[in-house]
Amino acid sequence: MLRSQATRLASPWLARGMASKVSLPDLPYDYSALEPVIGGELMELHHSKHHQAYVTGLNKALEEYEEAEHKQDVGRMIALQGAIKFNGGGHLNHSAFWNMLCPEKEYQPPNGALEQAIDAQFGALEGLVKAFNAKAAAVQGSGWGWLAYHPEAKTLVVTTSANQDPLNPTTGLIPLLGIDVWEHAYYLDYKNARPSYLKEVWRVINWKDVSRRYKDATHSS
Amino acid sequence: MAYSLPDLPYGYDALEPFVDTQTMAIHHGKHHAAYVSNVNTAVAKFPELAGLGIEDLNRRVGTPHLPSDIATAVRNNGGGHWNHNFFWNIMCAPSSSSGPGGELKAAVEAAFGSVDEMKQRFNAAAAARFGSGWAWLVLTPEGKLEITSTPNQDNPLMASLVEAPGAPVLGLDVWEHAYYLRYQNRRPEYISAWWNVVNWEQANDFYKAAAKPRA
Repeated sequence: MLRSQATRLASPWLARGMASKVSLPDLPYDYSALEPVIGGELMELHHSKHHQAYVTGLNKALEEYEEAEHKQDVGRMIALQGAIKFNGGGHLNHSAFWNMLCPEKEYQPPNGALEQAIDAQFGALEGLVKAFNAKAAAVQGSGWGWLAYHPEAKTLVVTTSANQDPLNPTTGLIPLLGIDVWEHAYYLDYKNARPSYLKEVWRVINWKDVSRRYKDATHSS
Repeated sequence: MAYSLPDLPYGYDALEPFVDTQTMAIHHGKHHAAYVSNVNTAVAKFPELAGLGIEDLNRRVGTPHLPSDIATAVRNNGGGHWNHNFFWNIMCAPSSSSGPGGELKAAVEAAFGSVDEMKQRFNAAAAARFGSGWAWLVLTPEGKLEITSTPNQDNPLMASLVEAPGAPVLGLDVWEHAYYLRYQNRRPEYISAWWNVVNWEQANDFYKAAAKPRA
């Protein structure tokens, strides 16, 4: 159809301001559920302030992007990429993260195909933890540690990403387990001692969720 | 000659209530101490670097004059050491913090219109630095005052790596460890509060030293 017709039809959407595109997911557990490994105050700040800020920021950036796209303002579209990456990455990463954790009383070690893959590649879970923590502790500034699946090599990979860079869009790796090593993820409870946080956090990993991701990753490649 | 952790020019509680005692103790005694330890470890492997001042070491970051083996370690930890040295000195007890004076005030007004305008731009840069980093008021080699921010422990001495290289006149740490215990996620509140502890006399000295025509 003519562009002018399309614009007139589209304008009620624009006038309505495009309702929120993403929203803050609820946690699958209470704020205090991961104690004593991660405190309730920290979880509440992390979810209701930090993650919320990424949601708000992403919605704002997407709204502005849509306006720029409508005006065909390519310069503005490019200028907004940073905000979409920061906030969109933050939203993706944290949405996954909450599910990758579970209360300690529900903890079960990895089993099945994932356990076999971990044992084959790292010797045992302890081997994975050692490799993962070495890299995650060494992240400079803000970022994430990841256990991921390499869809071409068909192997597990231990890696890291900076800031809120989302793993799959930036590397093609499929995230299985991510541990947030931004200081806000541990500072209230562990202060500067990131290695202590990394030692303890494995007590609250939801291996069922990680296994599901592994199953999805291995079946689709 | 190894680098060493300097004593603070004031007690850990001196910047209360704007920067809290516990943050100062951990920031200096743990974070800064770790940068010192790590840069020493890196530099120890190369005797030709012994005796190099920390500022000169920072100027070599991003240049071929630093062994590539330790380039990243020096960028992160040598940067961290210089930055925190600078930071402790650019702050003072609130009662000693007046306002900008002398040459710096005139230069800020000439560059930004007013001190308030400069502060607003500085605050915006500090708030917008995503992840870890620093905000700076810097005197460029062309003699212009500019506001910039850098990621992680990069600083304006690392001329080939940063957008606005030059001589830092003001610098603010916006890593979460610099404010999380008192301000949590509220970085803008920390940034506003920080102006209460700025050591304007020191900033003026840095400005004058940087603005001196080179011999």
